[in-house]
Amino acid sequence: MKNLIRPAITLFTLISLVTGLLYPLAVTGIAQITFPEQAAGSLMKRGEEVIGSSLIGQRFSGPTYFWGRPSATVPMPYNAANSGGSNLGPTNPALIEAVKERAKNILANHPDKAEKIPTDLVTASASGLDPHISPAAAYYQVERVAAARNADTTIVKSLVDRSIETPQWGLLGDSRVNVLRLNLALDALEK
Amino acid sequence: MNTSLWIQIGLFLIVLFIAAWPLGRYLANVFDEQLTRRFIWLEKFEYGFCRLIGTSPAEDMPWQRYATAIVLFNVIGVVVVYGLQRFQSELPFNPQSLGNVSSDSAFNTAISFVTNTNWQGYGGESTMSYLTQMLALTVQNFASGATGIAVVIALIRGFTRRNAAGIGNAWLDLSRSIFYVLLPLSFVFALFLVNQGVIQNFNAYQEVKLIEPLEYAAPKLDLNGQPLKDDQGNVTMGAIKTDKQSIAMGPVASQEAIKLIGTNGGGFFNTNSAHPFENPTPLTNFLEMISIFLIPAALCFAFGQMVGDQRQGWTILATMTVLFITLATVALWSESNSNPLITQLGADGSMGNLEGKEIRFGIISSALFATVTTAASCGAVNAMHDSFLPLGGLVPMGLMMLGEVVFGGVGAGLYGMLIFAILAVFLSGLMIGRTPEYLGKKIGVFEMKMVSIAILVVPLLVLGGTAIAVVTEAGKASMANPGAHGLSEVLYAFTSAGNNNGSAFAGLSANTPFYNILLAIAMWFGRFGVIIPVLAIAGKLAEKPKLAVTAGTLPTHGPLFVILLISTVLIFGALNYVPALALGPIIEHLQLFSH
Repeated sequence: MKNLIRPAITLFTLISLVTGLLYPLAVTGIAQITFPEQAAGSLMKRGEEVIGSSLIGQRFSGPTYFWGRPSATVPMPYNAANSGGSNLGPTNPALIEAVKERAKNILANHPDKAEKIPTDLVTASASGLDPHISPAAAYYQVERVAAARNADTTIVKSLVDRSIETPQWGLLGDSRVNVLRLNLALDALEK
Repeated sequence: MNTSLWIQIGLFLIVLFIAAWPLGRYLANVFDEQLTRRFIWLEKFEYGFCRLIGTSPAEDMPWQRYATAIVLFNVIGVVVVYGLQRFQSELPFNPQSLGNVSSDSAFNTAISFVTNTNWQGYGGESTMSYLTQMLALTVQNFASGATGIAVVIALIRGFTRRNAAGIGNAWLDLSRSIFYVLLPLSFVFALFLVNQGVIQNFNAYQEVKLIEPLEYAAPKLDLNGQPLKDDQGNVTMGAIKTDKQSIAMGPVASQEAIKLIGTNGGGFFNTNSAHPFENPTPLTNFLEMISIFLIPAALCFAFGQMVGDQRQGWTILATMTVLFITLATVALWSESNSNPLITQLGADGSMGNLEGKEIRFGIISSALFATVTTAASCGAVNAMHDSFLPLGGLVPMGLMMLGEVVFGGVGAGLYGMLIFAILAVFLSGLMIGRTPEYLGKKIGVFEMKMVSIAILVVPLLVLGGTAIAVVTEAGKASMANPGAHGLSEVLYAFTSAGNNNGSAFAGLSANTPFYNILLAIAMWFGRFGVIIPVLAIAGKLAEKPKLAVTAGTLPTHGPLFVILLISTVLIFGALNYVPALALGPIIEHLQLFSH
């Protein structure tokens, strides 16, 4: 132990100051100058009011909006101050029960759909904040949303077409639709 | 199996090797003094730095002293991380006024971050102040990564030095790891992450006005804030309407970068790299996977260069890569299947197992991430492993059970694999009747005893811990899923802790005194129960002369040795864990697909 205590303490203190304070503060400083919007959370505003983040999903359940993924956060869905998945195993009866309920609700609200329900509409996301659904899940809801808004189905459908984000460089990730953005675009359509 | 899958794996490995090769050369130059020889001002700076902290660049530590230094440095880390959590409510950078962390949780987290495990019993955004995240957790992300690098460099010196008394200067190795390697890489990566949408601020949580108000059920509270109960003692629920969403903020990017580069894996938020603010795009996801493997792969090249034979480094890397591709394929295949219990309810069977996954990553990038994070001892997750199909969940567990040697943690993966390499030459030495030697060093009785300890201590912790948990009430009470999956949750927890991974089948309510303490024990001894024998081996090997290569020397490079090494790793992993796996994921798989 001789001559080890002093280096251990001084080195630890030095490393703490540099990596625990200097480094995060420097990254914050540079980020605020170069990428201020991203650093603050990619927030979206309507007028002066912050109405969401383009990266964080919101819960939609009314007939006039596209619905996102089920969210397992507590106490309310899409709780962005307490992210969480369901963590239910594949054979857990609680998972099967939850999916059954969701499927029932989807079928009740889309009585005319003959195709299978897109799986992402009945399974909870990992973060509980997933902002996206698959293109299939968006198309599945087009007629319902159009009918509830007395809008032309082709217009709503073309809005979905335009909302699809393709895999980055055609390689990374899957095609997807940002639900909050799509719904804001829907609202903008009416004005 | 579609082509996109092979393109993804192929692209991943190509980008990885292209990035790791120059970094490996750089690492070798940092640690064998080339860098300070080339830049005299750097040497002068190091001299001053060493004087400041109370050592000398010339000090060469015997292995016992080196090990004491490493343990001492980490013990200080435990004390500081524990203390910061226990007093965070009185300290600055706490806009949400989060309270002090409970003693057992703080103890668990302190051990967890110091041992590079980053097991998290808590949810970040609802527990830790910004100061704790930075000054306690981010610091340990650097310090524990540096510890791993220092130990493997010391082991490599054991092979390269002849008749030497020491294996290097622990203080200098730790400092060089942080200031020349981890910090610059993290700085650049953090800024890139912000560019892509990862947040970096000190704001209070952002209030948002929802487009569509929502109603939810929550326990009714009395005037003291305690839940109201009805006559039967059940909590009464009431409907609450809100049009607000509160979005967690914080200095995320700076921690995110080192979380991956240092194979730590402790997320800023509860859901780790599944959270859109930690991993917003498929591109960040790809580069986060690359960052996890970057230093472990580069260290293989550095190893080759330092021992003066690049083939040795390539052989280790090839072994890791073969194991990785094999297990990644199983995970990707498993998760692209659908859960038959869900498809029979009317869900589309062609979309794969989406429970607990994010749409922007999809099946392939989620399963690949799970393989990468558990092959390396990272433990960051971008999907909930608990909701994987049984064989999909078996892959992460199996990769950890192999001892975190498939790339593994920074430093830890390579020294783990080198331990297996010593074992492999020992086994083949027995078969061909020759004294085992590796890289010109004779492997003696002492080294083999240390190898045995290093290899056996972790299975003992994993299986012993699991056994204790499943026979006690406190252990069983935390299982969230019934049946075989419940056992998988507990087995996963101890596997993850003992092997210093840190990912979880997160349904297990592990934030209880029972699990906090038992898992902390597994993490501590799983880390230092391996590090100390490794340093002992390094010390003993450094003392020995270097043997000349003869016709009778077993070549430790080339395909034959790769096969030998893979077999050694697999046999030990399988012998230790197959019975336990049979009772968990394998039974569950048979139950699920028997219909």
